[in-house]
Amino acid sequence: MLIKKPADIRSSEITPKKLYQTRREFIKAAGMVGGAAIGVEVLTKGAAVLHAVQPAAHGRKLNVKPNPTFSNTNGEPKNTWEQITTYNNYYEFGIDKDQPAELARNFKTDNWTIEVSGECAKKGKFPLEDLIKDETIEERVYRMRCVEAWSMVIPWDGIPLASIIKKLQPTAKAKYIKMSTALDKQMPGIRSDVLDWPYVEGLRMDEAMNPLTIFAVGLYGEALPNQDGAPIRLVVPWKYGFKGVKSINKIEFTEKQPLNTWQRTAPNEYGFYANVNPNVDHPRWSQATERRIGEFFKRKTLMFNGYGDQVASLYTGLDLKKNF
Amino acid sequence: MYLSWAAYQGQLSADPLSTYRNETGVWALRFICVTLLLTPLRRLTKLNLVSSFRRMMGLYAFFYGSLHFVTYVVLDRYAGLIDYPGGYFSAATMRKLAASIADDVVKRPYITMGFIAFVLMVPLAVTSTTGWIRRMGGKKWAALHRLIYVTAIAGVIHYWWLVKADISRPETYAAIVAILLAVRIWYKVRLKADTTVRRSAPPSASARDPQSARG
Repeated sequence: MLIKKPADIRSSEITPKKLYQTRREFIKAAGMVGGAAIGVEVLTKGAAVLHAVQPAAHGRKLNVKPNPTFSNTNGEPKNTWEQITTYNNYYEFGIDKDQPAELARNFKTDNWTIEVSGECAKKGKFPLEDLIKDETIEERVYRMRCVEAWSMVIPWDGIPLASIIKKLQPTAKAKYIKMSTALDKQMPGIRSDVLDWPYVEGLRMDEAMNPLTIFAVGLYGEALPNQDGAPIRLVVPWKYGFKGVKSINKIEFTEKQPLNTWQRTAPNEYGFYANVNPNVDHPRWSQATERRIGEFFKRKTLMFNGYGDQVASLYTGLDLKKNF
Repeated sequence: MYLSWAAYQGQLSADPLSTYRNETGVWALRFICVTLLLTPLRRLTKLNLVSSFRRMMGLYAFFYGSLHFVTYVVLDRYAGLIDYPGGYFSAATMRKLAASIADDVVKRPYITMGFIAFVLMVPLAVTSTTGWIRRMGGKKWAALHRLIYVTAIAGVIHYWWLVKADISRPETYAAIVAILLAVRIWYKVRLKADTTVRRSAPPSASARDPQSARG
């Protein structure tokens, strides 16, 4: 005897009679709700469009001297003003790359002072102008490689850090230079505890004195925009970008190696040296290649970001896998 | 759709493809959450409008998941091959691409999670029609579609493990998914308790309660 199997469809799946009779209206309603879902997406993103990230306004022109010796990028073209001023990691002004351009707009950098302390003769609070007034601002075109595996070529305007250090007369005890970013109420990002504030970075004295290392005060011949670390920031082209501490308002010469912020945050992922090294991967991603902003195809990452000739000797004998 | 237009307008950021990849990923997760919200909502409101709506939301999740996956393949794998043996679209290049993806899925835990989350949505998308419910039988179909729970959890872990330092956003989605799954567990527990109680109830009581006829 053929026993008919009970319906496989649960009774709850059967369209209720009332709904079936009004199915056309239901389809219309469902369509409208679906349309509303798309609409919500368009509106929220549309709001973002109306507020599309604007590149930095052009600033005060600086008197800069091109330095071709330090501007060799093997023909790699410079990134644009727009790219350099709208794609920034500056968590004090938001953790998204397009936030600093918006939120750092009104950051005040006039009457900037830098507090110098530690193992040196010249201690105290110095107005920025005093520190750089008799220095020549050079144009240096450097690669900048972020630890996140993207990079840019940036025409910085800056002063060799060595010149500034010499002015401050560090003592023999000074083995490291420690620098901090200003902590300001105008920075909305500091309410988040994503990082410990203020942002701290450091260099070994020989790294700081290397001819490549500069304090940048400008970009493309103009005063450094806020989102790029105005009014003065560190640039160490053979290291990952997070070593480039921005908006420096404190310098300390120390005997012991400073604990830099990213190492403090995730010591298994970010170290003190942070030398660009395609052979030492980040625990979660490879460092063998990078995306040059503006390009589609990735590039092979260069050892020491291509500056090995000038800096490899600083690290002979150092295990770069352990000291990342 | 908006994203494509915005990319054309140059509005997306200095690295538009990575913005596109990130946004499609987040939207996939959002639609997964909306999909998970609907059955608890039905139980709360007793309305059955949600069934086809749930399918639509699930397919949106799959749609964004697919866009996210394709963008990742193109941007993070294809663009990074460095050398394209035989040409940009040669068989050798495609094999190299496949090997690159496999390598990533195996070696990078957060990619493993993302891959699991996406792959599990494929059978769900394929069997999303009522035809398939009939073909499989409601019970088997429902069992298969519980894979969305695995997708939701894998998706949250994928997001959590890929962010550099700020876990606040993945944390939020983790909380949402946790609540949506907890509601289901709670409902199941309550349902079980109810039927157990009814089974042991005296006959006079069960006569009044038609649902215990299931007994």
